Amino acid sequence: MRRAGLALLAALASALCLAAAADPAERLPDPAQEARARILFKEVRCMVCQNESIEDSEAELAVDLRRMVRERVAAGDDDAAVRRWLVERYGEFVMLRPSLSAANLVLWLAPLAAVLAGGLALAERLRQGREAAATLTPEEAERLASLVGGRNGHDPALKSSPDDPIA
Amino acid sequence: MIVEFGAFAMILALVLSVAQVGLSAVGRLRRSALLAGAGEGAALAGFGVLTLSFAALIYAFVISDFSVANVAANSHSEKPALYRVSAAWGSHEGSMLLWNIALTGFGAVLAWRGRALPRDLKASALAVQGLIGTVFLAYTALASNPFVRLADPPVEGRSLNPLLQDPALAVHPPFLYAGYVGMSVVFSLAVAALIEGRIDAAWARWVRPWALAAWSFLTVGIALGSYWAYYELGWGGWWFWDPVENASFMPWLVGAALLHSAVVTEKRGALPGWTVFLAIAAFSFSMLGAFLVRSGVLTSVHAFAVDPTRGVLLLAILLVFSGSAFALFAWRAPSLTPGGVFAPISRESALVTNNILLSAATLTVLLGTLFPLIREAVTGEAISVGPPYFNLTFTPLMALLCVVVPFGPLLAWKRGDLSPAVRALLPALVLGVATGLAALWLLTPRKAFASLGLALAVWLIVGALTEAAQRIRLFKAPLAESFRRLRGLPRGAWGATLAHAGLGIFVLGACFETAWKMEAAQTLAPGQSLRLGAWELVLKDVRRLDGPNYEAVTARITALRDGREVCALSPSRRFYPAGGQTTSEVAICSVDVSHLYVVLGERREGPGGKPVWLVRGYWNPLAVLIFAGPAVMALGGLISLTDRRLRLAPGRRREAQT
Repeated sequence: MRRAGLALLAALASALCLAAAADPAERLPDPAQEARARILFKEVRCMVCQNESIEDSEAELAVDLRRMVRERVAAGDDDAAVRRWLVERYGEFVMLRPSLSAANLVLWLAPLAAVLAGGLALAERLRQGREAAATLTPEEAERLASLVGGRNGHDPALKSSPDDPIA
Repeated sequence: MIVEFGAFAMILALVLSVAQVGLSAVGRLRRSALLAGAGEGAALAGFGVLTLSFAALIYAFVISDFSVANVAANSHSEKPALYRVSAAWGSHEGSMLLWNIALTGFGAVLAWRGRALPRDLKASALAVQGLIGTVFLAYTALASNPFVRLADPPVEGRSLNPLLQDPALAVHPPFLYAGYVGMSVVFSLAVAALIEGRIDAAWARWVRPWALAAWSFLTVGIALGSYWAYYELGWGGWWFWDPVENASFMPWLVGAALLHSAVVTEKRGALPGWTVFLAIAAFSFSMLGAFLVRSGVLTSVHAFAVDPTRGVLLLAILLVFSGSAFALFAWRAPSLTPGGVFAPISRESALVTNNILLSAATLTVLLGTLFPLIREAVTGEAISVGPPYFNLTFTPLMALLCVVVPFGPLLAWKRGDLSPAVRALLPALVLGVATGLAALWLLTPRKAFASLGLALAVWLIVGALTEAAQRIRLFKAPLAESFRRLRGLPRGAWGATLAHAGLGIFVLGACFETAWKMEAAQTLAPGQSLRLGAWELVLKDVRRLDGPNYEAVTARITALRDGREVCALSPSRRFYPAGGQTTSEVAICSVDVSHLYVVLGERREGPGGKPVWLVRGYWNPLAVLIFAGPAVMALGGLISLTDRRLRLAPGRRREAQT
């Protein structure tokens, strides 16, 4: 975080201050519904704020959005329905969790793809390493052949051809 | 006059930087010790001169010289002295000067302490470092000059944002910049090594201390910023996945990967290409951060430091430096030998796994930060990538990494054996699983993922200690023998143990606090109380209590647990007339390693027209560990930095022999 960014955060905070979601004046009477609403708040962006959920913001828009989400929850909508309703009204921008759509495929698959690519690179490196260890250089082959040949009396050339992949 | 002197000194530093490039480069080409030495002298002098320049800027802030545009825009005569000083790096212009101080400072240390380096490599590295310095100093002098005078000076300054008037924030930027810019030396050494065509174990050993220092500074800088957000923003959040935070986190992740891959290159001569790649990437991410934070491409317009025109310049600097370094890398990489062979179960494999996961995590943070821009450019639709995305992608990668970490130090190089490592880690495994199950069973509300997080935290901490215990043969040898070994343990080993344990401490705090924090909020009249779990917060009174440059109301609140008074808290709300802002000063009471966190909210109309105040209380269990963890990690880095093996000059000795 650089100073400039802190200034930004600071501006945010001074404008909005304090997590307002806990304000007793706003709460739903049913604690189970209130708890669900609070979890939903964390996924909803306060669009006039900078990268802030409506859970944390005291901006007017956040207050309105919280009221509307609470209303939907109180009206019996399930979480998915509330999310759909929000996206229909405000567009995808309102959700802090990007949707699992074709346009966002790269975003969601990249972490997995990176791990897989890394894993493949490691596997390839290990395979090369094994091959390098299994393959003798011509000098090594000659030396080995002379040792083996000297003991067993076989023709060293048969065993130590550098072209032979198993040598 | 002193301000003009500061401007002059800044220009002189730029000239010396140019001289450093020329002298070092020609010194290298002609193999002239005299010219290369002069290049080193220019590096030292450049830093000295720039320090004087910075001192002149601080002086202008301290005496509140509002004829300087930067002082008028960012300071105020009634501000406390500490914040007048820290305002010197609170603006775009001043912070660029601080960036340059760090840049020339690291260059000077390279010139002064880099005796172990071969002469050619050192001269090349100083030339590259000088080139970076030249470009950034030219940017500062031409596009971001903090010494510009106003023709018509105002009587009073516009003040620094009150939220930034805070001790943690006064020291946060210097640490952060030391971290960001420390990576420039790593970058210069990488480019120099590519030019020289020499990338081997000795090179990795020369790079590692710089990466360690930069990474440790960055750790402290990020933790300070996070702690500031925690107590200043007023709801106890400490990480928001804000683009600005991500900008500092990416070089940290790459730095962590680099530290581990450099070990592989140093000890086994393997992965030289990858280590060089990371060395270039680390500073590229630092420059990306400088661009992202200042250009306004990701944040809404903020008059403080955001400037699209200058942002384009920073982007150009980033593209030219990273682009040429990566191009050089692509050109030279095929000639690099892959180095030592290793088996699937080996310390190399564990460290490569670490690197895969850290790189994937960096990519995730990068993509999460930039994807809204990409989507908007491609499809024209605005989307948000917020904390829920990072929780679903970044967190699992890190959890996987936490599983692997304790194995690394316990596996042998080249060809390890898994079963002794598993046997050694059995206590860590048992304790971890027991912790996870206990959390699942005992803590309400029941949270499976957070319980898993606690299990991983214990696994990490005990795993780190296991490694240390193995090294000193604790319980396997007589205690005296263990003690003797303990004293002989290399500092580098201590560093790794501490850093890994620090990660565990952080995970413990972060998981526990996030999952089991409690909150309560209520409007209270004096004498009334608020219930928060086992706590009772009694509002005694609310009084007017003004400070030097603000007006404030302060509440006195007594916190009782089981009817016994444990602490007295005084949260307040401040109004700063200079900028017209209101801030909230939270009150925190530390109970062991947990925090009772109380915020005074707005005044409202109560029953009968009497005033009542909105009071929020938070119980943040184990919150201290969130910040203690990174502190332990940074300490590990610094201890490792003092290792004799890093100070010795293996390359120079080897050269002397040949």
